Amino acid sequence: MKRGAGRIRAAAALLAALACVALAAPWLAPDDPARQDLGATLAPPSHAHPLGQDTLGRDLLARVLHGGRVSLVVGVATVTSSLLLGTAIGAVAGWSGGWLDELVMRLVDVLLAFPGLLLAIALTAVLGASLRNVLLALCLIGWTGYARLARGEVLRLRGREFVEAARALGASDRRILWRHLLPSLTAPLLVQATFGMAGAIVAEASLSFLGLGAQPPTASWGTMLNDGRAFLLIAPHLTIVPGVAIMVTVLALNFLGEGLRDRLDVRPPTDLWR
Amino acid sequence: MIRLALRRTFLALPTIVAAATLVFLLVHVVPGDPVDVMLGESAASVDREALRHALALDRPLAAQYVRFLGGLATGDLGRSLVSDRPVARLVAERLPATLELAFGALAVALAIALPLGVAAAARPGTWLDRGAVGFSLLGAAMPSFSLGPLLIIAFAIELRILPVSGRGDLAHLVLPACTLGLGMAAILTRMTRASLLDCIGEDYVRTARAKGLGRVTVLARHALANALAPVVTILGLQFGALLAGTVITETIFAWPGVGRLTIEAIQARDYPVLQGCILAIAAGFVIASTLADIVNAVLDPRTRPASRTR
Repeated sequence: MKRGAGRIRAAAALLAALACVALAAPWLAPDDPARQDLGATLAPPSHAHPLGQDTLGRDLLARVLHGGRVSLVVGVATVTSSLLLGTAIGAVAGWSGGWLDELVMRLVDVLLAFPGLLLAIALTAVLGASLRNVLLALCLIGWTGYARLARGEVLRLRGREFVEAARALGASDRRILWRHLLPSLTAPLLVQATFGMAGAIVAEASLSFLGLGAQPPTASWGTMLNDGRAFLLIAPHLTIVPGVAIMVTVLALNFLGEGLRDRLDVRPPTDLWR
Repeated sequence: MIRLALRRTFLALPTIVAAATLVFLLVHVVPGDPVDVMLGESAASVDREALRHALALDRPLAAQYVRFLGGLATGDLGRSLVSDRPVARLVAERLPATLELAFGALAVALAIALPLGVAAAARPGTWLDRGAVGFSLLGAAMPSFSLGPLLIIAFAIELRILPVSGRGDLAHLVLPACTLGLGMAAILTRMTRASLLDCIGEDYVRTARAKGLGRVTVLARHALANALAPVVTILGLQFGALLAGTVITETIFAWPGVGRLTIEAIQARDYPVLQGCILAIAAGFVIASTLADIVNAVLDPRTRPASRTR
């Protein structure tokens, strides 16, 4: 077996399982995640509600499963759009050079001069608290990492023989970028995207925890943790359940990212969210 | 040395101005009218105009920007819309609490990361090393808003040895500092270990070993100073993230710092205060990474400007 293959497989399997459970939440959940039962607030685990009920008597298992859907959607959507946007901007900047490159990189520098979380807080505060704006904020910040990566790789490869050869054969700029340079970007981008997914999930949960993300009655792991905060003394399971869910997901993504990085021999990516 | 420090400080200024510009643009150019957000869409137009005038939003953007930068240079960040007090003073009042928390967290991170990193690098592949790697993985996967409440449950509610929240004596600092510092400890442990392992093949390490010094002594006395440069760089970058993290940690522990003020400003739609808080945290970030560069120059003479060598 190749180096780290076991780790990659285990993490990928766990993530696939988590994604399936999140996708199947409406069928797996024992109850509607928003249905209140004010006669059974903070009820301990029972047969009908395996993880108990929250402050409004809502089923905790249903909420944590549906919260997984929010994390999945935010993670996938943020990573996909920042990856596409960032790679395109970075590759074009690196390829064309000159003022365009200068402009793009100054913009990236300014955005990276902020801790990512702070910028996301500021953006959602100004745009208004909603899950859609969280997505928007995370993409507006997230593309920078991919742009930097793509630009660096394109700059490194631009003068290589195979590019010269392609050009000598009459290939257009676009064709060289798409067919010859982008394929060699796949490995570092894949690694960055894996860590980026973990970062996006934590960022969404952070913003929702602060009340800037998912709005009630939507279940998000961040809002669940915030809801549970006032009841630590009498109902610690409200905090433990979403806390463990985030930890397991992020741990699996980090494991996968590290496995891929070792396997594909990629430099560590910039971590935007911590 | 002083020249380098001055040069580095001078280079940090444009970054701060750029960060300030971004904050300005954020509030002024982002689609949606801040006045609408502050007053709600149904507010009377007289009120809107009054507020727009109070915020100087009725002037051209360029004029507003010049006014903003001018204010910044003289330490005037405007006035709170809620309390009408100067923003600079509001932020300054909260700053000591945030610094206390941030340095507490830094102390926690260093106290865990340096010994653990050295121990792990001294005995690679053993249970100690695996434990350190496991800790750094787990620590990096545990966001503060899930770690904090778990620590409260364990130490404040079950064991009853530490206060639940609020600021006061040293005991109050322990849980927030651990919550904020553990993630950084995880990253630093990993960095220290990796950086030390890179040094182990060097000649001076072999020399020290040949003199008969023990593994831990060689690593802690000889290799650590050399291995510290990347650790200090990460430390500088992470300290900024730490400052941003105070927004969450201060919310969990009702800690009266700038992070808490940020959330209060958001909830009250007090844009000048929000702007001031974000600027303060961003400036802290820039200062931290500048300091890290200067410390690196002290640690490693190779990064000093060549003019000083004779």
